[in-house]
Amino acid sequence: MTLAAAPHRELGLTDAEYDGICERLGRDPNALELAVFSLMWSEHCAYKHSKKLLRMLPTEGPHVVMGPGENAGVVDVGDDLAVAFKVESHNHPSAVEPFEGAATGVGGILRDIFAVGARPIAVLDSLRFGELDSARSRYLFDGAVKGIGHYGNSIGVPTVGGEVYFEPAYEQNCLVNAMCVGIARRERLIRSAAAGVGNRLVLLGARTGRDGIGGASVLASAELSEDEASKRPTVQIGDPFEESKLVECCLELLDRELLASLQDLGAAGLSSSSSEMASKGEVGLDIDVSRVPLREADMEPFEIMISESQERMLCVVEPERLDQVLALCDRWEVRATTIGEVTDTRHLRVFDGEELVGDMPVDALVDDVPLYDLEPEAPAGQIYPAPPARVAERCSAEDALLALLASPNIASKRFVFEQYDPIVGSRTIRRPQSADAAVLVLEADGGSGALAISIDGNGRRVACDPYTGAAEAVLECARNLACVGAEPLGLTNCLNFGNPEKPHIAWQLTRAVEGLRDACLALGVPVVGGNVSLYNEGGDGPIYPSPIVGMVGKLPDPEAVPRTGFAQEGHAIALVGMFAPALEGSELEKLRGRLGDALPPVDLPAHADALVRVRAAVRGVELPTAHDISEGGLACALAECCIEGDLGARVSLDGDEAALFGEGPGGVIVAGPRAAVDSIEGAIVIGEVGGDALEIEGALSVPVSELRTVYEDAIPAAFAG
Amino acid sequence: MKFGVVRFPGSCDEVDALMACRRFADADLLWHGDSDLAGIDAVVVPGGFSYGDYLRVGAIARFSPLMESVIEFARDGGPVLGICNGFQVLCEASLLPGALLPNDSLRFVCRQVEVAVENPDTPFTRACDQGDLLSIPVKHTTGRYYAPPGTLPEEQVVLRYAPGHNPNGSMNDVAGVCNEAGNVMGLMPHPEHAVDPLTGSADGGRLFESLAMVPVA
Repeated sequence: MTLAAAPHRELGLTDAEYDGICERLGRDPNALELAVFSLMWSEHCAYKHSKKLLRMLPTEGPHVVMGPGENAGVVDVGDDLAVAFKVESHNHPSAVEPFEGAATGVGGILRDIFAVGARPIAVLDSLRFGELDSARSRYLFDGAVKGIGHYGNSIGVPTVGGEVYFEPAYEQNCLVNAMCVGIARRERLIRSAAAGVGNRLVLLGARTGRDGIGGASVLASAELSEDEASKRPTVQIGDPFEESKLVECCLELLDRELLASLQDLGAAGLSSSSSEMASKGEVGLDIDVSRVPLREADMEPFEIMISESQERMLCVVEPERLDQVLALCDRWEVRATTIGEVTDTRHLRVFDGEELVGDMPVDALVDDVPLYDLEPEAPAGQIYPAPPARVAERCSAEDALLALLASPNIASKRFVFEQYDPIVGSRTIRRPQSADAAVLVLEADGGSGALAISIDGNGRRVACDPYTGAAEAVLECARNLACVGAEPLGLTNCLNFGNPEKPHIAWQLTRAVEGLRDACLALGVPVVGGNVSLYNEGGDGPIYPSPIVGMVGKLPDPEAVPRTGFAQEGHAIALVGMFAPALEGSELEKLRGRLGDALPPVDLPAHADALVRVRAAVRGVELPTAHDISEGGLACALAECCIEGDLGARVSLDGDEAALFGEGPGGVIVAGPRAAVDSIEGAIVIGEVGGDALEIEGALSVPVSELRTVYEDAIPAAFAG
Repeated sequence: MKFGVVRFPGSCDEVDALMACRRFADADLLWHGDSDLAGIDAVVVPGGFSYGDYLRVGAIARFSPLMESVIEFARDGGPVLGICNGFQVLCEASLLPGALLPNDSLRFVCRQVEVAVENPDTPFTRACDQGDLLSIPVKHTTGRYYAPPGTLPEEQVVLRYAPGHNPNGSMNDVAGVCNEAGNVMGLMPHPEHAVDPLTGSADGGRLFESLAMVPVA
């Protein structure tokens, strides 16, 4: 990319935005300044189409230590410990180059977590691809899973959970969202605000190269075109070994109280990290790009400022501690270079040696950025084409159940999670697919009880009804936590949507944020951070609106955490929670080639109350089994309990199709000794564990071994041959 | 008895191994850049991706100053246990026969597997009986054990994957081997991740328990 050939429009700025830059500078920007502004004012960095909407979300709660605005949200988990977490997207890079795109997505979210002083202890991922009968989708899926595994496994942070859905709307534009959770003693937390005029700015980690240049504006803030291969050079390359040293080095620097502030380098590299640190600290920064260690000798100053080379951190150090910082970095074999200092100018000034090559007010870069109002307009009907029909309108309940278990959205994700290390760190007591949420004990960290973590979001249901679908994502996360006995402490979200300048996308976004808000208010769970990924559109149109919700909760007794599988012959099976199954938006509807434009309304306060009762039941009585009813309805949930426990079940219920396969928030299956189950208020006993088949009276009877074969083979079979 | 757990840049499971050792004896981390073994009685070379596993798994770690001392310690008869990447490092250092090749799936695999104790007469397995089945997780991309014909005597096979549990295509289901003298052992499964029923199994603790029984000189 040469700037001479790239005026502001090619950098993604409108004419009005260009005029705004000139006005704020009092002159025309030079090439470097224009490059920096184009990134800082991009959707990815400035949230210019979503910021006003995000102000709707509740961000306060009794456990909140750091809310939105810091590198990650932080909640108190007792015992003087705090947990930091955040979810972030790496969608467009992954659609261009899935392995490195997904790998660096993990690398980036890890840096957000240790940037606040927390040790990363868990990664989860939320993935969306086209249907697996498409070669492109298989390529993206396989590459993204390998990339996530490569980075997470190599750096020694367990990948403890996640979810993946396959829908035609993600064929061109896949989604790769990664969530990281970290733990810290409260006093070790650090903020990113630069402070102390005269303090040194020290760049840590990898050399700066040309990778990722323009990533933020070119990739993240425009629709994907046919010409993806030409964008491959704008995808960053990850080096988990470098990051592993960087994590340990930064955490030891913080332990020794040697840093005044710390910030990761993500989108827009040095430009955004430095200007955001300066903005939060209400100071200025001088940076000398000639001091930045380079991978290639002939880089231009503007390239150094906007490079998105991975595995770099920026910190502020008091001059008298500089020698200690450099010595510790040397021990960890982490490169550390003083590249500038804190000033009182409130300007970001860029020098190339002695020469001033850029001078921009920090306000203009970070705070005084144009924000846009959305112009939402509800579409007249469903805007997405119906998916192809795969199951006959009239089929037996057995055939429907087997078709659902073989649908990749429901089928076992063993193919995925066996490629991840979920156990490093020795905290994980519930591995993927063994319980509804990942569960990590805190004993070795000096804490009590355990953390529970879940990430959820069914884009197809949001496409049916953005408000209800988004609210359901929050409820599902909370329900997963309730199934392991955990109380939610905070929530992070990633809003993956299409082009917000289009009225129907603006409507989806607005309604979904309203749904998130109302569900969070009903549950009393604050939003402590998040990320927005817009312009997710390919040649075939926008993705399904996909708000992804990540939730962290705490439970008191790690020894009494239920599993998904049935535990013992003779246990009573009961339905708890508030469950009103309906076929609208269900997986069975999808398999029949239908996509509606409504979901049944959800009574949020009643659901919040019901979840409290589910949690109380899980905590209060002996319940070895608890599993929420989600895709595929009650019949699929029962089948999963049978498969995971390797036990059959005999169930009787009013078996119409909606009762068996209908979906909707609120339902939970529990199983345990009869007396324990009978003591749960409102529990409806529907059957008993036993035998070697799932028998639903009058509806179906299938051996567990057959259920398992269908469930386990579906995704590997897509890759066979 | 005091364990020393090696920490290379890029190690992942060194703290897990340290905590596992401390269930049975004293233990400390050893820094890769030091050459002093600081009076320890047994060495654990842990899992992870030492030096990024660049060049070839275990190839760079083998040349660290600490490893030079560990090699000398092993040649003098000191007990050395290599887990996963540590196994790869010990093979690279020629302390153990054979080599670890990419899994036959060419993918990373993490799975709880069962391994059978083939040789209980080693410092690493003396708390076990012949044929005991241990449930221990594996997690690796490069774990397919191979030794040229005639280079691995049967008594040096310490652990075998139980039938149906070989996760990587290892030759003759070999999961763990020792050297001829019996004081150096490497295995691909992670016993440090099987020391507590709460996290899945306590069977791996038997290896650390065995080592803790070694008389201290």
